[in-house]
Amino acid sequence: MSAIAETPMQRERARTIYEKSKPGRRAAVLPDAGVPEAPLAELIPSHLLRAEPPRLPEIAEPEIVRHYNKLSRRNFDLDSGFYPLGSCTMKHNPRLNERVAALPGHARLHPAQDPRRAQGALELMWGLQQSLGEICGLPHVSLQPSAGSHGELAGLLLTRAYHADRGETRTKVLAPDTSHGTNPASVTMAGYEVVKVATNERGGVEMDDLRARIDEDPDQVACLMLTNPNTLGLFDENIAEIASLIHAAGGTLYYDGANLNAVMGHSRPGDMGFDIVHVNLHKSFSQPHGGGGPGAGPIAVSDRIEPFLPRPQVVRRESDNGGGPSYDLDHERPKSIGRLRGFQGNFGVFVRSYAYILSLGADGLAEASETAVLNANYLKARLAAGRAGACLPIAFDRHCMHEFVLSGKPMKRELGLATLDLAKRLLDFGFHPPTVYFPLLVEEALMIEPTETETKESLDAFADAIERILAEAETDPELAKNAPYTTPVRRLDEVKATRRPVVRSELR
Amino acid sequence: MTRYTSATPDDRAEMLAAIGVDSAADLFEQIPEPLRLGRPLALPDGLGEAEVYERLAGLAGRNADAEEQVCFVGAGMYDHYVPAIVDAITSRSEFLTPYTPYQPEISQGGLQVMFEFQTAMSELTGLPVSNAGLYEGPSSLASAGYLAMGATKRRRFVISRGVHPHSRETLATYAVGYGAEVVEVGLEGGLTDAAALAAAVDDETAAVFLQSPNFLGAVEDVEALGAAAKEHGALLVVACDPMTLGIFKPPGEQGADIALGEGQPLGNRLDFGGPSFGFFCATQEQIRRMPGRIAGETEDVDGRRGFVLALQTREQHIRREKATNNICTAQALNALGAMVHLAWLGRHGFRELGELLARRTAYARERLAAVEGVELLHEAPVVREFAVRLDAPVAAVLDHCAERGIAAGYPLGREYPEHENGLLIAITERRSREQIDVLADAIGGAIAGFHAHGDFVSSERGEFLPDSGSRSPQGALR
Repeated sequence: MSAIAETPMQRERARTIYEKSKPGRRAAVLPDAGVPEAPLAELIPSHLLRAEPPRLPEIAEPEIVRHYNKLSRRNFDLDSGFYPLGSCTMKHNPRLNERVAALPGHARLHPAQDPRRAQGALELMWGLQQSLGEICGLPHVSLQPSAGSHGELAGLLLTRAYHADRGETRTKVLAPDTSHGTNPASVTMAGYEVVKVATNERGGVEMDDLRARIDEDPDQVACLMLTNPNTLGLFDENIAEIASLIHAAGGTLYYDGANLNAVMGHSRPGDMGFDIVHVNLHKSFSQPHGGGGPGAGPIAVSDRIEPFLPRPQVVRRESDNGGGPSYDLDHERPKSIGRLRGFQGNFGVFVRSYAYILSLGADGLAEASETAVLNANYLKARLAAGRAGACLPIAFDRHCMHEFVLSGKPMKRELGLATLDLAKRLLDFGFHPPTVYFPLLVEEALMIEPTETETKESLDAFADAIERILAEAETDPELAKNAPYTTPVRRLDEVKATRRPVVRSELR
Repeated sequence: MTRYTSATPDDRAEMLAAIGVDSAADLFEQIPEPLRLGRPLALPDGLGEAEVYERLAGLAGRNADAEEQVCFVGAGMYDHYVPAIVDAITSRSEFLTPYTPYQPEISQGGLQVMFEFQTAMSELTGLPVSNAGLYEGPSSLASAGYLAMGATKRRRFVISRGVHPHSRETLATYAVGYGAEVVEVGLEGGLTDAAALAAAVDDETAAVFLQSPNFLGAVEDVEALGAAAKEHGALLVVACDPMTLGIFKPPGEQGADIALGEGQPLGNRLDFGGPSFGFFCATQEQIRRMPGRIAGETEDVDGRRGFVLALQTREQHIRREKATNNICTAQALNALGAMVHLAWLGRHGFRELGELLARRTAYARERLAAVEGVELLHEAPVVREFAVRLDAPVAAVLDHCAERGIAAGYPLGREYPEHENGLLIAITERRSREQIDVLADAIGGAIAGFHAHGDFVSSERGEFLPDSGSRSPQGALR
């Protein structure tokens, strides 16, 4: 396979838009000022002015369009193929949502518009708050956090404010060793110390270890952060007991909503005993991921946490003269932790997610979760047979929820193939690989989340591809070790990019 | 109701058989019975696409947007013209629907866009290192505080009152978490009080935060103010408006260690406040302390040029509790919009736009200052936004203008009680001389009307304004 011919896309080497720039070319034509053309130095002190214009590209519109269209074809995307990236919930992004988000009444609404002239936007936010509150089983929602990790930080600051209000200072936040990396990072940013809790043989919280960690110093336990189902895709049956242990110690229970897509309409974090939940609108509620953003991470909280929610908060006021309700932004929240960002949050994301919730409705959301769980268990069953069953055993053998984790340890031992090699070879078969090397407690981990919007045929094709890769590795392990072959570039040197980082294009 | 699933009853039966269970409900038995919801969610039934569209179009119609009002509101987000190619390119599936580029071989498009974006922001700010974007402006400023604490091992911030109130409040929110003290320095004549700033900075100060143009529109002398930070070894953090960087000396050349800001003016919609992006640039010294994603150049096994996420060892998924930040969002799609907008403006167009803003703003400021009952809040140089003081309740003036289809500006009173009837007026390339004249006349008319009905002094909204309390009177705003 080493003598494979270059594909046309591989032959076309990467050139940045700056390298296509030529003096004298341009796209934009600006309006005439229509006012006196005073020299700039008469308006602004000359020592504050720039000597030369910044070296942005000089390029005409047709070439800008061609440049970015060509670049787009060097991306794999959800609309082109199966994307079973665990913990990321790569479900279909409905185009209706893009259309309604682009309506001028949404897209061109200034965030500082007087609430009396933004009633539609505030009603939408209120409706989304109510919907998320019902789905989570927690009545109070702030839409402000910009992402899941921002929601985590909010949750921990809320915990701090809640304890401070009771005259307490607590220092420790517990989190399972399987938790998402954002959890411990958020804990540090919020000024707490992380205490790791072990995982039991069923993938759940190790109860004895949890008790021991609490008993070390119950007065210092501020919070326990959990995902449920956890990062192994398994529901922790001990959650009620976990909640009572944490609450007895005086801590709050935080739910990382990354895995909410497993339980919508089936089970609610609030009913499990959680105090604070973040919801990833870009996961369960169909906001497109955009290649890494934007998203949004609203939080839902219990009554005891509510006074501390970020401000401003959308409120609804009933009319006292028989008219309809009106909506406002409440800035006067004396116990609030304050702002986490500018204005009201990622409203454009709210529009899309609200459209999604209105489209599916109560039973549609429940069906989405049910199908997500069905698809995951079916793919798990497919991969439990044949070579995959031998080379890629399931990390914890029981029914999963919306995702599951395999271990590539036997594959590495028997075939000499690392999980990374399998992932890279999948690229040649037209699939996005699963999440790899996470969670950390599973050796050579592959975390697979198919989502509800995939067909049985896609799942079968993926399982067939894995089987074929393992079969070819039995005769020629080098094939996968040198993969991929068909992508715009082949395996990249990531170490070099970190050791001697080049992070911008050279400009002339 | 709408479904985005494909599983037919036959598919389901085959899949359940392969799993070895009788029904999907069996799979949910791992949830203890008391924790199963056991009832439908109390939400309405799902709707078809046309019905959802009508519902949301109805809500959108109850907002007075910048298409139907002439928008002079800024305060961090501006009604710029976004070229059509931005929509065309950002709506492509290949940019819209992928996840973060964890598999670089099939993400070269997105990674190269990040690299180009970093190049642009680095060039605009005059600092060598840019990340691929953060959530938005104010939280980027709070992240700079976290970086500064790590870099200096100090826990005290000094921030100018000229920094956007949302940024100041966000910094204060974050600082409670990471245990830092925030000291605010006031304004004098619209500009940061240099003597007070110099007195406030000490050897325990991790960072000094400035904004230029500041929230009141005034252009600060960053280099002169920043001397206090340099003297005490604190980092100088400068929030800036990207649209002004075609004409201003870059913050990096004025001594900034970090330059950051709200990216919305570049290629992004108003969207009632988001999503947009924050940009974040720093000196080479801070590269391994940067928050967020950074794309870097490298080669593949055959020597082809390629791009990857660089310096991931800073990040949460590797470093966990020792990460430089918890953020893992790059707002990549919003940064793409910015990059396309910048390429469309180009080297000279971008500078010309800055000049256009400065000239129209100068005209508008002069025009407004000539109106009876309007005086300038400060005389400091401005470039795209300026502040005035009205001899009438600002809320009544805003209502009067709204009735005439004008969003006249941003009232300063909530965040600057010392400027109770202050109004911040923003100019973009969409605001023509004629519109500026109409604004000046409308504000003048409102003030005159107010004085003709002087008994309305205590009223929040003048009663001479019909329908001012009604919900978004779409037609009346024209």
